Amino acid sequence: MPGLIGKKLGMSNVFNNDGQLIPVTIIQAGPCQILNIRTQEKNGYNSLQIGFGPQKEQRINKPDLGFFKKNGFTPVSHIKEFRNYEVGNYKVGEEIKVDIFNEGDTVKVTGKTKGKGFQGVMRRHGFGGVGGTTHGQSDRLRAPGSIGASSYPSRVFKGQRMAGRTGFEQVTVANLKVIKILPEKNIIMLKGSVPGPINSIVEINK
Amino acid sequence: MDNLKEFVADQIKTDLPAFNPGDHIRVHVRVIEGDKERIQPFEGDVISIRGGGLSKTFTVRKISSGVGVERIFPMNSPKIAKIEILKQGDVRRAKLFYLRSLSGKAARIKNKTPNK
Repeated sequence: MPGLIGKKLGMSNVFNNDGQLIPVTIIQAGPCQILNIRTQEKNGYNSLQIGFGPQKEQRINKPDLGFFKKNGFTPVSHIKEFRNYEVGNYKVGEEIKVDIFNEGDTVKVTGKTKGKGFQGVMRRHGFGGVGGTTHGQSDRLRAPGSIGASSYPSRVFKGQRMAGRTGFEQVTVANLKVIKILPEKNIIMLKGSVPGPINSIVEINK
Repeated sequence: MDNLKEFVADQIKTDLPAFNPGDHIRVHVRVIEGDKERIQPFEGDVISIRGGGLSKTFTVRKISSGVGVERIFPMNSPKIAKIEILKQGDVRRAKLFYLRSLSGKAARIKNKTPNK
């Protein structure tokens, strides 16, 4: 049950055999080099640490650069840990490619959604706004309404949903079908949409 | 978006004849009945071509037993076996939706006179 790091390139369409046009997200997935293997004996759990996306040396901090140089890796911009590999089958330094997935598989994709900035409660929490436009009411159409009772408790409860920064949160979408894989180009096409803007980094898990 | 085109380019058909709105065409559609496949023609006037790349579509309108029938085809659909151009029409606009409100002789499209 493996996974990969990828970059969202955008959306397009693919015809299936029935002549239906399927919306797909095109992701450049891998190749990811295995940087470290954590094992039950040494670390208490099994996982692979894999890297994605070449990075200039000057953009990497000294401890990381030392790690890359010591092991002879090309420096990478993104490192993630995947617990769902059979770690016995892999060696440090090997590359994992998109061919670990098959067409027809369902995968989970984790990404950071597009940032929406400071949004009101209607957009952020799906509130309905206050009442109608008549009976003398004005300027309250998108307001949150009451945020609590009066002298008791004389305060607003923690966690009260209000306006604020929206988006740019981690979201996982499950059950995305793999429509097409182009192994020579490291491309995977998934049915439907995936969180985040174009060129954002996503994690694909089988 | 242009950089995505290379990944779907293999699905874009290059063997279809070029036609324009106003043309009278016959579209050969693959129909699967049970486990058999046969070709069903759909003949009519092209009243609209829209979109680009893989999602380009065109609309064909015909009058079938007195009722107007329109069918929208994706240009690159694998269901389209062949397109024949029967007549080239002489029209002044790209979308011929005005034909929907016309009937009989008024709904005819002038034939294009070949260039001298």
